[in-house]
Amino acid sequence: MARLGKSIGFNSVVLGIFALITAAVLATTYLGTKDRITAAQREVAKRALLEIIPLTRHTNDLLLDTVPVPANYWHTLGIDNEGGEVNIARQGDEPIAVIIPAVAPDGYNGDIRLIVGINIDGSLAGVRVVSHHETPGLGDKVDLKKSNWVLGFNGKSLVNPAPELWKVKKDKGAFDQFTGATITPRAVVQQVYKTLKYYNEDRARLLKAARQRPTINHQANEESDHG
Amino acid sequence: MADISYREIAHNGLWKNNPALVQLLGLCPLLAVTGSVVNALGLGLATMLVLAASNTAISMIRNHVSEAVKIPAFVMIIASFTTCTELLMQAFTYELYTILGIFIPLIVTNCIILGRAEAFACKNTVVASALDGFMMGSGFGLVLLLIGTIREILGNGTLFANMHLLFGPMAENWTLHLFGEGYGFLIAVLPPGAFLVAGMLIALKNIIDKRIETRRAAKQAPVTTGSKRVRTTGAIS
Repeated sequence: MARLGKSIGFNSVVLGIFALITAAVLATTYLGTKDRITAAQREVAKRALLEIIPLTRHTNDLLLDTVPVPANYWHTLGIDNEGGEVNIARQGDEPIAVIIPAVAPDGYNGDIRLIVGINIDGSLAGVRVVSHHETPGLGDKVDLKKSNWVLGFNGKSLVNPAPELWKVKKDKGAFDQFTGATITPRAVVQQVYKTLKYYNEDRARLLKAARQRPTINHQANEESDHG
Repeated sequence: MADISYREIAHNGLWKNNPALVQLLGLCPLLAVTGSVVNALGLGLATMLVLAASNTAISMIRNHVSEAVKIPAFVMIIASFTTCTELLMQAFTYELYTILGIFIPLIVTNCIILGRAEAFACKNTVVASALDGFMMGSGFGLVLLLIGTIREILGNGTLFANMHLLFGPMAENWTLHLFGEGYGFLIAVLPPGAFLVAGMLIALKNIIDKRIETRRAAKQAPVTTGSKRVRTTGAIS
């Protein structure tokens, strides 16, 4: 019995030492890569935002200039669990457009994450698919890397086309589907429409909140890009 | 076991005992991420790195842990190397990391890694174990790469698309369009395509092995027939 106790004690110590060493290795790697990872994540997020509202159209730092989405709208946008933040684009201090995160929950293979850029007047500045699991070669044409389909949203609004035409052509709407894939474009069209509706309802509050916040400008080195 | 030659280790990992084609280990990532060359290469390199590092570390500690806590200690080492690799990939190839997604952390559960730790690294010297990890990882990675290449060519008609995810801006123009724009052969991109290509490769390897064997047998054949004839004539007379 004493021997058993001794061996348990010894093995525990050995395992404990291992845990300490591996924890130290992990901590070092984490600390060494932390800043680079944050930078890389920011870079990717920013690139998507800049695709919708290019540097020529705004003067502030899109990524930092945000207003949270009120919790009662999370469901409309499909961001039920995690919430999200609206990025504000400004010329000087004046908001000119917003970029709203949304999730189409009914893609062919689960969630399709979108960002939807809407100009102040309610027209679409652009839509991008941030991540999706749609079938390669069929549904993945919602991705700008694969096809230009998503550019078809540019300039559209709640009244253009009329609300009953915010569907894919197969459902007698105004938007193209792809050969062999209806579910994916249907999900995206629906979610973009819902996002437009959200903007329409929350617009006054959103813009007021944006105007009350101080404008966050680009860091000096980026400022020179557009004067 | 201890005096296995380095050449033999290399031959084992790359061909004779290839993890993907012979041991059939790690099939899940093998089939899931081999839709394109860049994905295959990314996961192949990550797996190789973890395998070589964990084999080395496990061989170093092989005489200091008792039989009872061996497996937990190994798993801890493998998990920490995987997490390190994950962090490094996030830092340097973030977009590729998001594409490979769950398959990077899942390297921990890849049977090849614990398998090599148990079967090789805990019985052999550090140098031999490091080489074994590297060769087994290369064997796995090369098969990934081969399947990735075949599926990308068949499925999308391209080669080396999106290589900038791994090699940075200089690889921006590496994409080769082999059959013109707009070509696509869906089944090769979907999971069944991965099974088919992997199956073909296994068959091909078996054919080659058989060829080599018959050739070797043919070389030895004259000797055996010669001795037989001697015996036959002996029996008749």
